[in-house]
Amino acid sequence: MGGWHRLWRDPRAVFGLAVLGLSVLAALLAPYLAGDPIVQRDIVATRFLPPLSSDLHGSFHLLGTDRFGRDVWARLVYGARVSLGVGVLAVSVSVVIGVLVGAVAGFWRGWPGVVLLGLTDFALALPRVVLLLLLASLWQPSAGLVIVVLGLTGWMTIARLVHGEVRALSVRPYVESAIGLGAPGLRVLLRHIIPNALTPVIVAAALGLGNAIMLEAGLSFLGLGVQPPTPSWGNLIASGRDTLVNAPWVAAAPGVALVLVVIGATLLGDAVRDRLDPALAGRG
Amino acid sequence: MLVRRTLSGLAVVVGVVTLMFFLLRLAPGDPARLLVGPAATPEQVEAQRRALGLDRPPAVQYAAWLGRFVQGDWGTSIATGRPVRGMLATAWPATIRLVGLSLLLSYALGIGLGALQATRGGRLDTALSVVSVALFAMPGYWLGLMLVMLFTYRLGVLPAFGAAGFDADYLTGWDVVADRLRHLALPLATLTLIGVGGTARYVRGAMLDVAGAPFVAIARAKGLSPARVALQHVLRNALIPVLTLLGLSLPALFSGAVFIEAIFAWPGVGRVLVEGVVARDYPVVMAATAVSAVLVVLGNLLAEALVSWADPRVRDGGGSATPGTGA
Repeated sequence: MGGWHRLWRDPRAVFGLAVLGLSVLAALLAPYLAGDPIVQRDIVATRFLPPLSSDLHGSFHLLGTDRFGRDVWARLVYGARVSLGVGVLAVSVSVVIGVLVGAVAGFWRGWPGVVLLGLTDFALALPRVVLLLLLASLWQPSAGLVIVVLGLTGWMTIARLVHGEVRALSVRPYVESAIGLGAPGLRVLLRHIIPNALTPVIVAAALGLGNAIMLEAGLSFLGLGVQPPTPSWGNLIASGRDTLVNAPWVAAAPGVALVLVVIGATLLGDAVRDRLDPALAGRG
Repeated sequence: MLVRRTLSGLAVVVGVVTLMFFLLRLAPGDPARLLVGPAATPEQVEAQRRALGLDRPPAVQYAAWLGRFVQGDWGTSIATGRPVRGMLATAWPATIRLVGLSLLLSYALGIGLGALQATRGGRLDTALSVVSVALFAMPGYWLGLMLVMLFTYRLGVLPAFGAAGFDADYLTGWDVVADRLRHLALPLATLTLIGVGGTARYVRGAMLDVAGAPFVAIARAKGLSPARVALQHVLRNALIPVLTLLGLSLPALFSGAVFIEAIFAWPGVGRVLVEGVVARDYPVVMAATAVSAVLVVLGNLLAEALVSWADPRVRDGGGSATPGTGA
């Protein structure tokens, strides 16, 4: 389990951490990095400006402007707040549910285990996007709904991983001696087993983060997620769809940001996984 | 074995449909009120509710709906007034065509790329790894838009919408085929490209796993040529978990197809579903959900049959070689 410092020598981990770190930083510092993402002053004079141009008022537009003359860079940076925030919160919901279900199913292997594993297998077989579409259509679309829906449909892989870990750990001598010393089951699970079962969850969470960000964007793209004028990368891509011909940068910029962040999360997950499993070192 | 899997597949379909039905009943908004319009009197709403059977307890409604659904009475679309069954009867072959072809292509390309990476290694491996992770990270709807921008708007060579041109009825012979293929090109390319990355990543990993196994060392020691070892011993064994992945990735592929169909106005189940969802067209959503659940379950069964055909250990009822995926 040692050797976390060696993670820094893995170019995948460095790239992933750099991309994720910079995106989070940009999202946090949005008000200092960009102007207002929603209000525009002079639509006719400032709309459809290509990247790296200045408008008549002297404002510089790094990534150009959209059809309402709004600065694409500003919308991208503020969109990062929404997209990353929704992704992180959704994955947190998945991790909490997954760890709970997996741990309980792995530790109490009687009927709770059977029921929970059956539930996990059933949920794994559900077509996730169908469920997402349906849930998003039933309630008023909003960021909160997307978080809940993504969280509720993304916990199964984590539950499976934790289940396997907990099962393996619960027959270890140190756990058996804790039980032999009279420690109550819940305490053994919380203090001795779960902390040791969490490392693979980090990998699954990193991969799940990329997935969640992509799905949030997909829902928002279809108009079932975060609603405009609040910018999210998904609804930015959607708004650029209508202006593909005269302003392709409007749809291209948020897509590139999205791809970079998902690559970053995936590579970081790969690197951590290889670190945890020395037998796999050097692949990915 | 097959009977058991079929039964559990059926259980999944029934589970999905039941879940959807009660979720619809839980949701705010009254279909009867939607149907009669905002100006209706409470009595009219009540009459409509009775006509739709909404005044009965949910369990009774569910039994009635399931009974009609199983008998083939899928109701009519609230938005278009067309029979739902007719809408889906034309939709599912289009989805099978798109998803099936892209499955074949992305696995052929992905297995080829992954095998190349695992056997060659070095710079080529690194370069292809970058490509495959980029494709893996790309949302299909965005890649689709970028391809449309390039091939439809910039180069003007491929159509971006539908499965056939407006003049399709007047075409004959090879022109029909050419028209169909031109319309298939962009959605198929998009769906295939986003699938290739994940498959290549997975095949590469599986081959590197197998390459370390003792039987591979023996095959080499026997003096078999490297190409033969790679193909007959490593790739063949690496394909078993890959086939299992195929089954597990079907829901994800179908999910991808939902977005692609929406972008390219491809007349498949995904588009029916998205349009039904956006229009709050409940009979359409229920039927499209059921059909997509059936398609996914059938795909899973097919993949399991392939695995048991390829792996005698599974066929004889041993443990399965299920890989963990993040799909």
